[in-house]
Amino acid sequence: MAHIQLKNVTKTFGSHTALKNLDLDIADGEFFVLLGETGAGKTTTLRIIAGLEKPTSGEVFIDGIDVADWGAAERDVALVLQQYSLYPRYTVRENLEFPLKSKLRRVPDAEIKERVDRVANTLRITHLLDRKTDRLSGGEMQRVSIGRAIVRKPRVFLMDEPLSALDAKLREALRTELKNIQMNLGQTFLFVTHDQIEAMSMGDKIGVLNHGRLVQTGTPSDIYNNPRNTFVARAVGSPPMNLLHGKLVSGRAILDPIDLDLPYNGALGSSGAATADGGTTDGRPLTFGIRPEDIVVESGAAHEARVHDVENHGVAKILTLRVADITFHATVSAQTKLAIDEDIRFSWNPQKVVVFDKQTGKSLQYHG
Amino acid sequence: MATAVIETLDPKSRAASRGMSDIAIRNLFIIPTIAFLIIFNIFPLLYSLGYSFTDFRASTNAPANFVGLQNYRELLNDPFIWTNFSITAKYVIVSVTGQVVVGFGVALLLNRDIPFKGLITTLLLLPMMLSMAVVGLFWKLLYDPSFGIINHVLGLGTFEWLSNADMALYAVAITDIWMWSPFVMLLSLAGLSAVPKHLYEAAAIDRAGSLYTFFRITLPLVAPILMIAIIFRTMEAFKTFDLAYILTSQPTTEVISIRLYKMAFQEWQTGRSSALAYIVLIMILAITNIYVKYLNKVKER
Repeated sequence: MAHIQLKNVTKTFGSHTALKNLDLDIADGEFFVLLGETGAGKTTTLRIIAGLEKPTSGEVFIDGIDVADWGAAERDVALVLQQYSLYPRYTVRENLEFPLKSKLRRVPDAEIKERVDRVANTLRITHLLDRKTDRLSGGEMQRVSIGRAIVRKPRVFLMDEPLSALDAKLREALRTELKNIQMNLGQTFLFVTHDQIEAMSMGDKIGVLNHGRLVQTGTPSDIYNNPRNTFVARAVGSPPMNLLHGKLVSGRAILDPIDLDLPYNGALGSSGAATADGGTTDGRPLTFGIRPEDIVVESGAAHEARVHDVENHGVAKILTLRVADITFHATVSAQTKLAIDEDIRFSWNPQKVVVFDKQTGKSLQYHG
Repeated sequence: MATAVIETLDPKSRAASRGMSDIAIRNLFIIPTIAFLIIFNIFPLLYSLGYSFTDFRASTNAPANFVGLQNYRELLNDPFIWTNFSITAKYVIVSVTGQVVVGFGVALLLNRDIPFKGLITTLLLLPMMLSMAVVGLFWKLLYDPSFGIINHVLGLGTFEWLSNADMALYAVAITDIWMWSPFVMLLSLAGLSAVPKHLYEAAAIDRAGSLYTFFRITLPLVAPILMIAIIFRTMEAFKTFDLAYILTSQPTTEVISIRLYKMAFQEWQTGRSSALAYIVLIMILAITNIYVKYLNKVKER
């Protein structure tokens, strides 16, 4: 059980800055997902918390204590890596026993056996216990690797893309399993991934990392509905949020280059950019973000578009629509019958539109 | 598959334009080697097997008489031969153990980020590139009781290293350790750097102590390659001749190959020495086989 805090952490490798002034706050018992592309600094963050890497500047706190001088062993964290890191030449049981047999904290043999058996049972690897680790499949290895972490009851679980080397079916199964394990243990998890579906489905909270900076933290719905900037808007959701350039003229969105005019009645932030500073908002270059599912395709709607492409995903169909030069995605129910190059009519849900400044990409709701 | 590779000779190549086929080129390379092996290795090997059953002496013109297993019977019943064997065994154990301890230890020290690592490694490898005879000659100077630098540095006065019957074998072993530890170090270093770093990190996270990590992770992963180094060194140490012969002539350092040499070329008992050579060969084969079995077991684990 632990509350983790990173304060103003910067990490450089030579001339390359991996993390820049990172502040992170992970509450006790929280499932926190760090989402970012390759090279965004996710793994570095994790390794700094684990004590495998020292920050160039900044502080790390575990339960309010500065752990700068603590090694990995003293921090009492568990780490699950993408490459499993199982100890070769040992059986699954020996791998699971390994962290319990450390001299630093001697556990009685009977308890070791009981804990290993219980963990094996939870992860359904009991039948593999006496097998050598190099005879396991990827999914089995990752289970053992997770087992080795939970057998120890550490203060924090750190997981570095543990599911990304697995095939899709297994990934889904382990996703649910991990979430269940976390709920049962009630412990702090920090999970690193580049997969936004994992982030959305597992996290209590998500932190979006871009080039070593934390762009936004919030609950999955926060991140999904109110992205702080266009980067977050594109990072989360599949297909990602449509970003359409244009301007706002007296409560209506006028999209470039065609004067597609759509109603807009969302709030423009507490600073009241639209009301108090209406002059600058009107006519100022903006980017309108709208989720594909908030584009309404119905026969009586105001605007016409042509169907450019249809992707059938079973539960839904993802349409690529085109109006003049602008293309965007819309999600419709799978029952909708559509053909490519058919003309359809659409509108958007004006409440769901997020407005960004075109230049900076920042959401007006946060920055005005 | 091998023939498929051999048969595809580029028709535009120079060899092809001279009318040579792939088979011809293959033979050109292989036949001299095979001929060399047969003339200098296989033939003497078989010929000496024949001699080992006779009382042949290369120094006389007397015809060789077939004596059956008499040579073998007498050799194996000769207590002096067994003394030679036990000296050899002692030498092998001391020298190989020393080489593994020193070589592996140095490899552990070198297996981290230190400045000039490449240069240091190369310098450490130098002893094993020297000729045995040269090493023997200058260690004789180093060991010299009156002006040798070893006694001077250690402050041992005129301690007799090589003419002291109890010390001489160890002195030879120390020289051998100095010369061949780099070999063990080189192989160990290759094994150590092949241990994935993330395993050490996982062990650190699992709060394993450094000794525990060493015995549970490092050693099992390096064991196979270390075994190979030990096999090579044991075989070499078993047939040591030059170092011991050059450094000292004590009866306590008469390893089996020196005995063999004396028997063959000083006493001219050609038939009997052939038999002894075969006994040594069989012993080395047996020891190597035990090691290889063990190596396979280590690999399987």
